[in-house]
Amino acid sequence: MTHPEEILLEIEGLEKSFGDRKVLEGINLQVGKGEVIVILGPSGCGKSTFLRCLNGLEPVQAGRIHYRSQDLAKPDVDFREVRQHIGMVFQNYELFPHMTVIENILLGPLKVQKRSRDEAQRQAEQLLERVGLLDRKDAYPRQLSGGQKQRIAIVRALCMNPEIMLFDEVTASLDPEMVREVLEVILGLAKQGMTMLIVTHEMGFARSVGDRIVFMDQGKICEISSPEQFFTSPSTERAQHFLDIFQYDKL
Amino acid sequence: MMVYIFGGRVGVHMQLNWEFMIESLPLYGAAMWLTFKLAFWGILFSLLIGLVFSVILYYKVKVVSSVILAYVELSRNTPLLVQLFFLYYGLPKVGVHLSETACAIIGLTFLGGSYMTEAFRSGIEAVGRTQIESGLSIGLSKVQLARYVILPQAFAISIPSLGANVIFLLKETSIVGAIALMDLMNVAKDLIGMYYKTAESLLLLVLAYLVMVLPLSLVLSWVERKVRYAEFGD
Repeated sequence: MTHPEEILLEIEGLEKSFGDRKVLEGINLQVGKGEVIVILGPSGCGKSTFLRCLNGLEPVQAGRIHYRSQDLAKPDVDFREVRQHIGMVFQNYELFPHMTVIENILLGPLKVQKRSRDEAQRQAEQLLERVGLLDRKDAYPRQLSGGQKQRIAIVRALCMNPEIMLFDEVTASLDPEMVREVLEVILGLAKQGMTMLIVTHEMGFARSVGDRIVFMDQGKICEISSPEQFFTSPSTERAQHFLDIFQYDKL
Repeated sequence: MMVYIFGGRVGVHMQLNWEFMIESLPLYGAAMWLTFKLAFWGILFSLLIGLVFSVILYYKVKVVSSVILAYVELSRNTPLLVQLFFLYYGLPKVGVHLSETACAIIGLTFLGGSYMTEAFRSGIEAVGRTQIESGLSIGLSKVQLARYVILPQAFAISIPSLGANVIFLLKETSIVGAIALMDLMNVAKDLIGMYYKTAESLLLLVLAYLVMVLPLSLVLSWVERKVRYAEFGD
């Protein structure tokens, strides 16, 4: 989907700094409905910070984030409302350790969205079924593996019926054999047409799931291209250098 | 049961006067009830104060936080005895008259509140920043975040120190005799003073405290296991 019909999220001239250090400089990006954007870049390039800005976890200094006829870069945004439509999944799962799986998933739907328990529970169970974890619904997070926890965290975000999902290095803390089960869930979402922004270091996954690759370095977007083009002939030297790091045969 | 007291070269042995001990039981019973009441209210109010103050400190509410921090320092760095004297002998000089019981409960709360505040605060601070972000990301409000995410975890983390504070406060009631309340300690001192039955009175005193504190300790460790089960496993 290189030319989406409907623009869901539009970011213009986004600037963010921690003290004197600029971490995001003039970020421009349009995200179409149903589009999967994969953000790549070296550590510290600002890709995670960028996602966090979209969910109001980091205040920004300048620029605009258009979403649902609001500007999320303004200080007076009601992020409680926005976060019900933009779900986020974190690197370290961040399930609530004192709640069972089902309690984790239902907290938002029941307390924030005030939905009926029956209806929310039905949806939660359907989602759990889909990620193959329905039988663990009464388990506590400590009784689950990393991959299971991350799948639950995805279900927790999905159960809010978000319009956009943000994935912040969701496989970075997982053992290699568990990476796949999590990526398959995300791939399934992509097939269903979920709009997603994904920060990852899994190059193969980026290539197969992404509609567009956004390559960032030192707080700026260096290039935006299709996965095919990015992985075969990136247009910037920095991107080429970045890709070389993942090619062990060039050592 | 025999208790031997050795003095000089000749061993003098003394047998406990059971009759005296049985006759003293009602006095100890009444004192235990008083000690229990003082401790119960003092601990309950301390916990409430600790909970409220620690949340205020956590959200760094302006001015109020500074007042609370000053209170915590004042409370923790003065002896309970001094606090009681202030309430009992000092306040009447400025026209505030409180009953002995009220003084004891207020004094205990003044002392316990700061300990409970610190216990809750350490628990709250141990809840990770990322847990909070995770709660925010599903749209929880500040109050919901405190209620469903931060406080349950903070409570589970704080519970050993909260339990230690509960037992500490129960034992601290032993100085309320200083403001003329007939608590366990004061009953024992009176009996020793009146009848010179030192061994009997002290033995009953120790037993009375054990009867109160031991079950409390057991209940607390049961609560601890219950509360911490979810998070930390068995």
